[in-house]
Amino acid sequence: MTGTLAGKAAIAGIGATEFSKDSGRTELRLATEAVKAALDDAGLAPSDVDGMVTFTMDSNDEIEIARSVGIGELTFFSRIHHGGGAACGTVHQAAMAIATGVAEVVVCYRALNGRSWSRFGAGVQRRQPIPNADGVHYGWLVPFGLLTPAQWVAMFAQRYMHVYGASSVDLGAVAVADRRHAANNPSAWFYEQPITIEDHQASRWIVEPLHLLDCCQESDGAVAMVVTSVERARDLRQPAAVIAAAAQGAGPDQESMTSYYRDDMTGLPEMGVVARQLWAQSGLGPEDVRTAVLYDHFTPFVLVQLEEFGFCDRGEAKDFIAGGAIEIGGRLPVNTNGGQLGEAYVHGMNGISEGVRQVRGTSVNQVGGDGAVLVTAGTGVPTSGLILTSDN
Amino acid sequence: MSDALLDKLRGLVGKPAGPPFRAWDAVNQAMIRHWCDAVGDTNPIYTDPVEAAASVHGQIVAPPTMLQAWTMKGLVPPPSDGDGAQAELMALLDGAGFTSVVATNCEQEYTRYLHIGDELTAESVIEDVSPEKHTGLGDGHFITTRTDFRDQNGDTVGTMRFRILKFKPPEKQEKKVPRPAPPRNQDNAFFWEGVDRGELLIQRCSACGRLRHPPRPMCPNCQSLDWDTVKSTGRGEVFSFIIPHYPQVPFLDYPYVVAVVALEEGTRLISNVIDIDPHAVEIGMPVEVRFTKVDDELTLPLFAPVKA
Repeated sequence: MTGTLAGKAAIAGIGATEFSKDSGRTELRLATEAVKAALDDAGLAPSDVDGMVTFTMDSNDEIEIARSVGIGELTFFSRIHHGGGAACGTVHQAAMAIATGVAEVVVCYRALNGRSWSRFGAGVQRRQPIPNADGVHYGWLVPFGLLTPAQWVAMFAQRYMHVYGASSVDLGAVAVADRRHAANNPSAWFYEQPITIEDHQASRWIVEPLHLLDCCQESDGAVAMVVTSVERARDLRQPAAVIAAAAQGAGPDQESMTSYYRDDMTGLPEMGVVARQLWAQSGLGPEDVRTAVLYDHFTPFVLVQLEEFGFCDRGEAKDFIAGGAIEIGGRLPVNTNGGQLGEAYVHGMNGISEGVRQVRGTSVNQVGGDGAVLVTAGTGVPTSGLILTSDN
Repeated sequence: MSDALLDKLRGLVGKPAGPPFRAWDAVNQAMIRHWCDAVGDTNPIYTDPVEAAASVHGQIVAPPTMLQAWTMKGLVPPPSDGDGAQAELMALLDGAGFTSVVATNCEQEYTRYLHIGDELTAESVIEDVSPEKHTGLGDGHFITTRTDFRDQNGDTVGTMRFRILKFKPPEKQEKKVPRPAPPRNQDNAFFWEGVDRGELLIQRCSACGRLRHPPRPMCPNCQSLDWDTVKSTGRGEVFSFIIPHYPQVPFLDYPYVVAVVALEEGTRLISNVIDIDPHAVEIGMPVEVRFTKVDDELTLPLFAPVKA
């Protein structure tokens, strides 16, 4: 491992609420429950926490949670923009704070009633743009009815499928893998509900070329994790999930979800920026990865991520994933918690928890061996990623 | 208007609306008194035996307008009511979308005054069905039902024509939601002002000549803040596209096509492809701009296939 970040910090505790379609309680309460559960998991008290990180999209101020949970003084607090792209970024910032001595115990969290409050998949349809940079951005999309995350991703998918000859059935392989894994996961919304490729093909169009079963869920729930130094983590209740690498990335000519003006529309250059840093920091490569949690708000970008990380060449992901290769027992099991299609959509944070469980050896779909675990964050947006390893 | 429907409806004219209905109660003082009380009619010939005896009638009579009241069936009509032409007529009209009903008018003719103890029977026939009419409530058919009221001897005591309009409830008049207008500021107003004039403009760096879209204040190539514009030919091709189905918003008709259009000049923009079956759109298809007034306020540069 190289640099000042690699191997300095570890995820010492994870916590979550149940994942549902109607939590029946506030996002703030969900957040506090998850934070407390993560602290309990680590064996730490609220008073041990001195840093907090979340998404700019989260409705719960860190100070509200701190007041509620009984967290006292904070020396580090930070928010990350770009939706699900923030997920691994929260841990990245926590690790940086710990590596620099700015904080010692940092809680990362995300809570949302993404189904029962404001439906997450609805996108920006009610937005009446105002003439700041953000409003002008949406002004190029909204009048033409380009409104939702599914639509934004479908535009990339159509081009990718055209250029590389991938089909809807290829995309469906991701959904089948996710749902197979979710079927074993009692915490997953789609526990014991696997699907077949025929189910995928028969599901209705949301936005051509994406079927319903290409799309993740809208969920209510919260996830939190506790990050601290590897040294301190060794004294805590759980085996440390060492942050062997952590990175953020934005690409050239980047937009949030609609980077349609680059020469090529078939890649995720921002994830390439993340990938290069993760391999460099950790000293690892694709062959060292035992299992990956690849952000799956929609199936197409799972294929593109495999290419950006070098698991296969450009355009060859459809061949890489064929024949159950990304299912449990395959060459690279992906999203062993069921992913956001199968478990829940908690903006990528539940994927980090699964990465921790894989390192601890406690996943419901445990992948054997002691190789590294890759976790990625939101795709199509400025994003982030982590490589987690056991503390050997 | 469907002639076939009208033929079917008219086929029921002259048929009994339902089985004859015999009044629950004979004409009686109690119901008369309640009626007079309710309508405020103080004429003593309806309620005062002495005054009534001294009148031309020589006895209590019922108010003529009570005619229908004697044969009202109550809140829950007898089950046999479903058997006649009335029920058949209503079902035909409901099935054709004429699901709403309003009573329009009622005419009554009185043959004789009714006396205490008269026992009435009402027999109704479908008398007329109008062709489809356009009315303020909606399009519909007027249906006239004639009811003959007979006494215990079978003699007619009165007749009623009751007319209803059975109509299609107008589509909920949802206020046409306009497409959200793109906001304009100093960086991008030229583009939309050009569209308002029917010109598709592309921002060009004055220093290095590089084109850029969407507009930005600075050239990412040479960092110049100076720019002018070039007028696009408006021709290009579909670089990628989608067909949204769900969720649906009120300002669009489904399905529609959103495309990334690559202009001949090399820049791309997001638009809709119109004047084509959405499923006939393909990547690489040549398209050209159509300045389209989507509502009173907003013109958008949409694209249509280039005609061969």
